Amino acid sequence: MKMVSGKLKDVLNYRGFILSSVRREFQSRYQNSVLGATWAVLNPLAMIVVYTVIFAQVMHSRLAGADSPFAYSIYLCAGVLTWGLFAEITTRAQVVFLENANLLKKVNFPRICLPVVVIFTALINFAIIFLVFTAFLVLSGNFPGLVYLALFPVLFVLIVFAIGLGVTLGVLHVFFRDVGQFFAIFLQFWFWLTPIVYPVDILPEHVRALLWLNPLTTLMAAFHNIFILNQPPHWGTLLFPLLIGALLCLLGLNLFRKHSGEMVDEL
Amino acid sequence: MGWIRVQNLGKAYKHYPTRTSRLREWMFPFLGPQHQLTWVLRDVNFEVAPGDAVGIIGINGAGKSTLLKLIVGTTQATTGTCAITGRVAALLELGLGFHAEFTGRQNVLMAGQLMGLSEPEIIDLMPSIEAFAEIGEYIDQPVRVYSSGMQMRLAFSVATARRPDVLIVDEALSVGDAYFQHKSFERIREFRKQGTTLLIVSHDKSAIQALCDRAILLNDGALAMEGSPDSVMDYYNAMLAKREHQKVRLQTLEGGRTQTISGSGNASVLAIALLNDDNQPVEHIEVGNPATLQIKVAIHEAIPCLVLGYLIKDRLGQPIFGTNTHIKGLPLANMLPDEEVTYHFSFPMNLGPGSYSISTALVNSDTHLDENYEWKDLALVFSVTNLRHDYFEGCAWLDPSIAIERA
Repeated sequence: MKMVSGKLKDVLNYRGFILSSVRREFQSRYQNSVLGATWAVLNPLAMIVVYTVIFAQVMHSRLAGADSPFAYSIYLCAGVLTWGLFAEITTRAQVVFLENANLLKKVNFPRICLPVVVIFTALINFAIIFLVFTAFLVLSGNFPGLVYLALFPVLFVLIVFAIGLGVTLGVLHVFFRDVGQFFAIFLQFWFWLTPIVYPVDILPEHVRALLWLNPLTTLMAAFHNIFILNQPPHWGTLLFPLLIGALLCLLGLNLFRKHSGEMVDEL
Repeated sequence: MGWIRVQNLGKAYKHYPTRTSRLREWMFPFLGPQHQLTWVLRDVNFEVAPGDAVGIIGINGAGKSTLLKLIVGTTQATTGTCAITGRVAALLELGLGFHAEFTGRQNVLMAGQLMGLSEPEIIDLMPSIEAFAEIGEYIDQPVRVYSSGMQMRLAFSVATARRPDVLIVDEALSVGDAYFQHKSFERIREFRKQGTTLLIVSHDKSAIQALCDRAILLNDGALAMEGSPDSVMDYYNAMLAKREHQKVRLQTLEGGRTQTISGSGNASVLAIALLNDDNQPVEHIEVGNPATLQIKVAIHEAIPCLVLGYLIKDRLGQPIFGTNTHIKGLPLANMLPDEEVTYHFSFPMNLGPGSYSISTALVNSDTHLDENYEWKDLALVFSVTNLRHDYFEGCAWLDPSIAIERA
């Protein structure tokens, strides 16, 4: 506990550095391109269009019990966009120490700031695209109303899970370079093993049970509840991903504490 | 006020014999460690008091940079402790970890924030940082287009934008051109006057002598010597020349100066004296008077070729003049044991007033790294006085005759 509060204090003391790092990260990503931050929207939009066309138009999949013509697109957006947040946090966090080797070797500062920068950068990206999505919901008359607020606790669980996993992988990646390659492949499978582009009920019964072992399945179900059924999520189901996320955070912090000193020797 | 205290400091890197050994060690801790330790620093102890300036010297791989990293805290010690107090500014491995894609200005902001300055403070300091770095328009270009000298200029300017309590510099000063070196030395001297503690690593002898009042020699990860910059430098030079059959010994002279003698010992200087124009040995000599340096050499083992060289150094150990009998075309061939040779070098003493020392070298060719019979620092100390001429500045006597045309 003392360790956690110490880290929080470090983060607070270096908030200036964190904020301007986020700003710089953003500038470097979008400043030199003509369309700028529009790319943050275009990327997931392209993905959603592709999946909508393939699944809804070509393969004629329909969501059972949803009659809105946009139902499948909303289903996709709720999944793809939040998956995007998860994927960005984990993939960025697992390389953050390697990418900042130059800085870590030369300057003594609380290293925990680096994953914090990752979270904030990913959140801003997510906020941009999700605002567009929300605007679409409002305009097309699909806005879920007050239940929209349930989004935030679910996002919190998602972030805890993502950063716990990301930091754990980030520390491991410094010592075992296979981690990066492995995780890139793993993430591909993970995407398809999570009900993002397809609903859970198209799967056979015995496979479905296995799917619930994936912490992201419950999170996706929660997002779908909010945006498709306009119902609050079953809060109890979120305990599982929250627990796994908390354990990963502890594991990550522990690995970090044990090996952060040695880390610079490996960079 | 900043001080540094290093106690029993040791650093070892883990070396894993195969790619999977680390994995095995992490997965099955009960199997015991799977790595070997490679020690790069061992049992280093020293202290730097507030306001002190200490230079660290040593050959590549002696552990200098590792020592600085441990002190700054970017890497962790395996044994022992390092304590440092006050606001620290450090330039490690020639930089502040600048990000290549960001502009100089953005990097200044980031580096400043990592040093604990707030954004408004850095914005206030920005004009003076830009002015000191003198990189002009480049400040708004990405750092990847900078030359290494420009990066160093900017890094130094940021690190020293505010006077730190402790300034730690690793080799950085040797990257800049002579102009910037002067400028940065000036700033460091200014800081020292105001009480900044300084720790620098440099191969540049004159930098250490000009800035430091103490030097530390690291050899093979251990502290080999600590003392005044010129005595440590002499020892270091002798160590460079060391061959397996050679000994380096230190001898403390009257007045606390340390003399270094190294070499195989096949020949040695028996006696050395400075003679005046009456052939009398003297310790003081007048500016511009004729002088003769008399060096008596004894041969102990048969030697194919003997060259005698000497170097006059000033009080700070800076070379003033040196030559040898190889350059002068007078090497002696086939010397036999128990032979004795006496050399006379006559010259006018065109040096400025002050204290000088002479180092002698007995070698078999013109470099002292080849075969070194004997290298002796502080073989003779003499002083030059100015009692008969007009007052003048400097270490050379270049008395002009003056013609003035007034239109």
